[in-house]
Amino acid sequence: MLSLVKGIWTVFKHSIRKRETVLYPEEKPSLHPRWRGRIILSRDPDGEERCVACYLCAAACPADCIALQATQDEHGRRYPEFFRINFSRCIFCGFCEEACPTYAIQLTNDFEMGEYHRHNFVYEKEHLLINGSGKHPEYNFYRVSGVSVGAKDSGEGENEEPPVDIHSLMP
Amino acid sequence: MNEPEQSIILLYLILVGVLLTAAGLIWLERRLLGLWQDRYGPNRAGRFGSLQVAADMIKIFTKEDWIPPFADKPVFVIAPAIIVITTLLSFAVIPFAPEIEIVNLNIGLLFFLAMSSLSVYSVALAGWASNNKYSLLGGLRAAAQMLGYEVFMGLSLAGVIMLAGSFNLREIVEAQRNVWFFIPQFPGFVIFVIAGLAETRRIPFDLPEAENELIAGFHTEYSGMKFGMFFVGEYMGVTLISALIATLFFGGWMGPLLPPLCWMIIKTFIFICGFILVRASLPRLRYDQLLSFGWKLMLPLALLNVVVTGAIILAAS
Ligand code: SF4
Ligand code: SF4
Repeated sequence: MLSLVKGIWTVFKHSIRKRETVLYPEEKPSLHPRWRGRIILSRDPDGEERCVACYLCAAACPADCIALQATQDEHGRRYPEFFRINFSRCIFCGFCEEACPTYAIQLTNDFEMGEYHRHNFVYEKEHLLINGSGKHPEYNFYRVSGVSVGAKDSGEGENEEPPVDIHSLMP
Repeated sequence: MNEPEQSIILLYLILVGVLLTAAGLIWLERRLLGLWQDRYGPNRAGRFGSLQVAADMIKIFTKEDWIPPFADKPVFVIAPAIIVITTLLSFAVIPFAPEIEIVNLNIGLLFFLAMSSLSVYSVALAGWASNNKYSLLGGLRAAAQMLGYEVFMGLSLAGVIMLAGSFNLREIVEAQRNVWFFIPQFPGFVIFVIAGLAETRRIPFDLPEAENELIAGFHTEYSGMKFGMFFVGEYMGVTLISALIATLFFGGWMGPLLPPLCWMIIKTFIFICGFILVRASLPRLRYDQLLSFGWKLMLPLALLNVVVTGAIILAAS
């Protein structure tokens, strides 16, 4: 019986406590840098698209909301012909970002994505692609490894050994 | 205040006042619960969210009013009306101020007890007519709960009746000119508050509703304004019990300086806030706990209160 009265008194003391609510539209919440929000496609420091259209993000996506089509430019460099994310299905799990070998696909701090029509949630490549390099400013996939493409010859990447001369007997 | 026109006007004023209070309570309760849980509650529509009530009204009136095909139709329709009618009828006997009262019934208190017992039919019939096992369980619980608290509710008031020597609410208020009855009748007051909580079927006695076990108990199948009637009925019940506590134990309209009606309203609102505070702090009792609490603790206490009060009055006279 007494504990009930004590409980009521404890609750009553909350009359003068500060309220915890963040009054959202007027007062923006502070988000952490690793917040998983709206997805973007970034470019490398040379201004080229990072995405190599490897389909790994689409394969990793548990909601199956990424669709893309690979194609190649004149140097044989792969890029997506179209890249489509259906945000009405995306669960913002970040698996796509983790799967991506080139840091192309990244989740950002923006969560204010409300729309009045469902089809507006389907973002095409022109909506996704940004002009910067996002969270990894220095990284350039083609400079680290890979085959000879327009940007560099094989063996010229960072930490990359020159290719072995298979006709030589020297070690 | 005997001319018929005047009393009809008064009747409408009280009716509108009670309905507006019940509607306002929806807002007040949400704000106060917010305050005590360190959040805001509705604060967007209008100043401090005061237009929330209007928005809720528009919503509930435009909702689909659906009667399930498996329900017992006439009973299903009548049930929500009963709770509103009985509660509104009880307001007829409450003296809000010396001249503001619809009927000056000399068995006013008995009338209130009768009406409050009738209101349980609303819940029990709603549960039965819904033809849904959760609703039926809710209705059964309401009936059992009524048996549990109705007895000690009546007994808790016996002390007040003995002290005032009348069932007439106006005379009970007049009898408190020297000392408010919650001092000589403190046990009666506590018991009546507990019975009142059970009467309005609010936490901690909201067993018929019990969202987390019975979905919404007796009103699971109700929608639209029929659900709204239960809702408004509950808030009118809270207003009624608060007004009665003020009348029976806290001197009704009496108080210094301010006009009588003001005092009555202030006292009523303090108790309404108390009801909301209890809801904000206490968990729901278990079914068997409620019944054994009612029969084994509250009933003997109420009887003891009657005996002691009677003995003291006898010794004093
Ligand atoms: S965040 Fe998750 S659900 Fe959304 S696109 Fe990436 S992998 Fe798919
Ligand atoms: S965004 Fe990354 S994972 Fe997805 S296709 Fe492009 S390179 Fe591959």
